[in-house]
This record gives sequence, structure tokens and C-alpha cells, in this order.
Amino acid sequence: MVVRSIRRWWVLFTVPTVVAFIVGFIVPFLMGVWLSLCRFTTVTDARFIGLANYRAALADGEFWHALVYTVAFTIVTTVVVNVAGFAVAYMLTKAIRGANVFRSVFFMPNLIGGIVLGYIWLLLLNGVLSRWGRSITYSGMYGFWGMVLLYCWQQIGYMMIIYIAGLQALPGDVLEAASVDGANSRQRLMLITLPLMMPSITVCTFLTVTNGFKMFDQNLALTNGAPSNTSELLALNIYRTFYGRTGFEGVGQAKAVVFFVIVALIALIQNRLTTSKEVTA
Amino acid sequence: MNHTITKGIGLLAALTLSVGALGACGSAQSADGGKTAAGKVFFLNFKPEAADQWKAIAEEYTKETGVKVDVQTAASNTYEQTLKSEMAKSQAPTLFQVNGPVGLASWKSYTADMSKSEVYRQLTNQDLALKSDDGQQVLGVPYAMETYGLIYNKDIMGKYMKLPDAKVKSVKEINSFDKLKAVADDIQQHKDELGVKGAFTSAGFDSSSDWRFKTHLANIPLYYELKEDKIATQPESVKGTYLPQFKQIFDLYLKDSTTDPKQLSSKTGDDANSEFALGEAALYQNGTWAWTDLEKAGMSKDQIGMMPIYIGAPGEKDQGLATGSENYWCINKKASKDDQRATEKFLAWMITSEKGKKAMSSDMGFTTPFKSFDDVKSDNPLVEEAVKDSKSGKTQVSWNFTMMPSEQWKNDLGNALLEYAQGTGSWDKVKSAFVDNWAKEYQVNRQA
Repeated sequence: MVVRSIRRWWVLFTVPTVVAFIVGFIVPFLMGVWLSLCRFTTVTDARFIGLANYRAALADGEFWHALVYTVAFTIVTTVVVNVAGFAVAYMLTKAIRGANVFRSVFFMPNLIGGIVLGYIWLLLLNGVLSRWGRSITYSGMYGFWGMVLLYCWQQIGYMMIIYIAGLQALPGDVLEAASVDGANSRQRLMLITLPLMMPSITVCTFLTVTNGFKMFDQNLALTNGAPSNTSELLALNIYRTFYGRTGFEGVGQAKAVVFFVIVALIALIQNRLTTSKEVTA
Repeated sequence: MNHTITKGIGLLAALTLSVGALGACGSAQSADGGKTAAGKVFFLNFKPEAADQWKAIAEEYTKETGVKVDVQTAASNTYEQTLKSEMAKSQAPTLFQVNGPVGLASWKSYTADMSKSEVYRQLTNQDLALKSDDGQQVLGVPYAMETYGLIYNKDIMGKYMKLPDAKVKSVKEINSFDKLKAVADDIQQHKDELGVKGAFTSAGFDSSSDWRFKTHLANIPLYYELKEDKIATQPESVKGTYLPQFKQIFDLYLKDSTTDPKQLSSKTGDDANSEFALGEAALYQNGTWAWTDLEKAGMSKDQIGMMPIYIGAPGEKDQGLATGSENYWCINKKASKDDQRATEKFLAWMITSEKGKKAMSSDMGFTTPFKSFDDVKSDNPLVEEAVKDSKSGKTQVSWNFTMMPSEQWKNDLGNALLEYAQGTGSWDKVKSAFVDNWAKEYQVNRQA
């Protein structure tokens, strides 16, 4: 019965989504790839020029700087956010008074938009740094750690929620059996909880890695690449190339395609790595 | 799937057509004398501070003539982005803006010839218009003239000049870099007595504000170099003849300032503005457009004056203020003929009708380069200074920064200046950003 009506009505349910997916994703994506091979000012007015844009993109020193900077940023934030997020989640799933309040407090930064957050942290950090006569845009290193701080502050709460959900779904009997067998709390964490938590870890690392790579608004609001584009992450570099320079729209687009390939590859590899460690109780 | 899309597009097209037809109907009725008012105007406005005024005057015009005028305003610093996306739409702006020869270069396939338009005919000086490479076509007409220099606080200067050992007894005596430096150094030294934090406001280098230096200040040495070499159009390369002078004025800004140079990267033009308005500094490099902000911050008309920026170039005692335009109207060549004509008419009305003139001069506060505005007086004290200066017999510094090869050139120069200011980079980098980068960016843009 159900199967029959699905057979009859599937069009009604799938077509809107498929159309939305095509209009909102497939078409812009293919257009983007096509435009990366063109010289253009407006997207409807493009001329094919082959791979010149890619050559220009790869010859741009600032692009490589942004790439290295982004990789460093992603590594640092992925480690810090996940370790801290897990630690906080672990703490808050133990019976602590006011655990729910703490959960809300930790999660709240995530509700604030990146631009607003960037400006707030800009004021805070500059206020503190002015004691030493510096500002966050003094050098790329200042900007780097400023962004790490901001990003961790924002993301730890979010990852914490995912870890809490994972921790609460752990089968109690296994842990109980372990303690009956004489495992201490350290052994239980390392040998039982962590392996069982691998699905959550996969999700969280996936999110942090890709978000770290794609980070844009916080970067824009906090440093805007200053000074001399040394605190510029990849997404901002692409944006600046596309909009900031006349005649470089195609180069920006080429960078965007390269960026997509990098993010997709890393996400796939990361997913493969962590998924392979997943176990079932 | 394809079928659905085609159908959808067809439907959309049909809808658009019918809307157009209905619109035409409506305007035909409201136009006086039964004339069909064909065409419409769509202006993508560059100046957010004049957005409401544009909307109001557009409505006024529609009421009077029946021609529909749409005004959209791009948010601050996003004009190029907005224009790029608006131009890609089927209902593209019929009227847009470029900021000079370089801006024109990226939009030249969109700019219609305006040589027969009223706005071009009304220009007091037709050389100001942007022309095509062969000089045959007029592609952009300036509508707002602006002037910048060193704005000074008359109260503080007055107080300073009363000091027994003041270097000058009247602001008029400042007519060279040496005098300017002597006065600025002296104000800095007596800052506690004068109740200021520094002679100059902070040279804010936040990327939203560094145009004051990478563009406006850099224009002065550029002006002298091009003048010396008798160059009138964008050169392929520059020599940087007056870079030492550029350095000395920039050093002065940094040394006699309210702020430690190491913090400049986060300072904005707004900071400088408020320092000046609060009387924390005596000198502030900015232009006629700054008056609205200064007035809002509580300054009165008789408190401020403006003098030229002296950098130590030869013959600078006859140097005037820097006057030019960065606002050119362009008509979209790819719009329909009717729309183009409607746009021309709208512009003509803006600069000749009483209502249009009032909107441009007093509501939006522009100083216009049109003959029809001869009888209009400004209530902006900085504009008055500019007018006085233009009649004083001094030579006005022209806005050569419209020849700067690209935004990238300016940004690189701004970055190099900031690094130099904070002490993380050397002046050589500024030199190479000014000279080497010019040739490089010029070539890059040539290929475009």
C-alpha cells in the first residue's frame, strides 16, 4: 500500500528538493567551474580563456601564504576544540550541580553570528593589547592567535553538545562490566568510552576541520587580513581576489575551485581515517 | 527536468513582459499632455549618506513627469560588488557610477556616450569629464567636486598662536613644509598647555580608513612628479621623485600624533574624526565631506578651516588645496534606448530644475561642477574654504590618484605604509610599492 502510493507520489515529494538542489547547488557549482576558465566582469558576460586563471592563482604568493596559514589554523583549532569540547562534555555528563546551566553557558557563544563575535573580540583583544601598545592587527601572528581564541570560544560549546549526546548514548552495561572487572576510571575512558565515542569524534572532527578551512566572517571582522594580508585565511583571500581586483574575478573563481578540491579531499581522508576506528559495543 | 526549467523560464519571461506592459500603461496615463513617457531610470547610488535624499528626489521626479526612477544604494565599500551583481541581472541599472579613469576601465563596455547630454554641456570645465581613449566619446560626467587638505581647529590654533614663543602668529604664515613642521612640532611639545593629545589626529590605518594616506596623501607627491614631467594621462610607470617628501610628511603625521604608531593598524577614520571634534588634535587630514561628521560631533562652522598639505615640494608656497572628483555618472549602454534617454533626461532635470538643484546642493551637500549651480551657495564651511582657495590665485592640486593603476596598487601601498609606521617594515618597501608596483599593476590592467 505504502509502496504503491510512494510509487505514485514520489514526484511530488522529491522533485521540489531536487529542483532546489539543482538551482541552489549544482548549477552555481558548474557555473563556478566554467567561470574559473573565463575572463569576466559580470557572471553573465564571460569569455573562455582556458587555464590562465589557474596559473595566475598558483603563482600568487599570498594565496600560498593563506593556504599555509589556514592549514596551521585548522590543525590548531581542530585539536584544541575537540580536546576541550570532549573534556567539557565528559565533565558535564558526570553528576555536577548545575550541569544544565553550564551546558547552556558553554553553548551560547555559538548562537552569536561570526561578524558580531569578531567585532566584540576585536574590542576585547585590542583593549587588552593596548596595555603593551599593540593591536590585534600588528602582525599576522597576533591575528592568528586572536582568531584561534575566538574560534575555540565559539566552537567548543557546539562540539560539547555533540559529545554530550554521544556520551549519554553510551551503553551503561559495558562501562559497568568494566568497573566490575576492575578497570579504573582512566582505563574506562581510554579503552571503553573513547572507542565507543568514535562516531561522535568523526562528526566533530569533520565539522571542525571543514569549518576551520572555510572560516570567513570571523576573519573578516577580526583582522580583515591586516597587516599586509598576513592574517588572511583562504576564504578571505578568495573573496578579496574576486571582489578586490578588477580583472581578477576569474582568478578568484579558480582559487575557489582549488579550495573546493582541497576541502573535499581533506574531508574525505579525515572521514575515512576516523570512521575506520569506529567500533560497536 | 529540462522541460520544467524551460517552462518556468517562459512563465517568468511572460510575467516580466506583462509587468513591463502594465508599467508602461500606468506611466502613459500620468504623463502630462498625453505624451507617452517611455523608459525608466534605475540608479545604483554610491553614497550611502545620500541614500534617503536620492529616494526622495526620485519620487518627486516620478510625481512630476511620470517616469519611474528606482534608486538603490550599495552599502559602504561594496559598490563594485553590488554593481557587478546588479549588472548581471536583466533589470540592470541604467545609471551608475565610476570613480575615475581606472574605474572606467573596468566598466567601459557598459558606458554610453554622453557627449550630447545636458549634464556634459552644463559642465563648467569639460575637461573634467571622462573620455574614451580616442577622446571622441564622453563616458562619465562628474557630479560632485570635493576638496581635501589639512583641516585645522581654529580655537586650538588661536590658543597656540597666543603662546609667547609661537612659531607663527597667523595660520596664513604656514606656507611650506618647514613652517608646518615647526608649528606641528611645537604644538606637540606644548600639548599639555594647549590641552591636546597631539598636533595631528591618529593616522588610522584600519583598511576602511587608510585611503587618507594610500590615496589622498600619496596624491601630493604624485601630483608634483607628474607636473614636473608634464604628464596628463595615466603613465606606464612613475619614478617616485617626491617620495622623500612623502616620507617627511608621513613621518610628521606619525611623530606629532595623538597615538602610538604601533596601534595604528586598528585605528579608523572615525577615531581621527572624533579626536579632532573633541579638540584632542589641532590638525586633521580630510576633505569637504568630513563636515557632516564634524558637525554631528558638535563642531561649529567658525571653528574649522582648511589649509593645503605641504610636503616640501618646490614652489609649494603657491600650492592650493587638492580639488577633484571621484564621482562620475555613467549611463549603461546595455540598457534599452528608451531607458538611456529617460536617464539622460532625469540627470538634466537634476541639475537644472530648482528641486533637483536643491536636492543636490543643500540636501546632499555636493559641490557640483555645473554652470547651472552658479547661484547656489553652500553652508559647508570647508566648501567655502575650498571656494575661497580656488579664487585665491593659488594652484589647486589635481586629483591624480584617479590615475593610480589599481585598487591593488593602493592596497599594497597602504600595507607598506602601515608596516613602516609600526616599525615592522622599511621605507624601501613603500618605495617599491609606489614605483615598482605601478609598472606591474599598469601591465596587469592593460591585459584586462
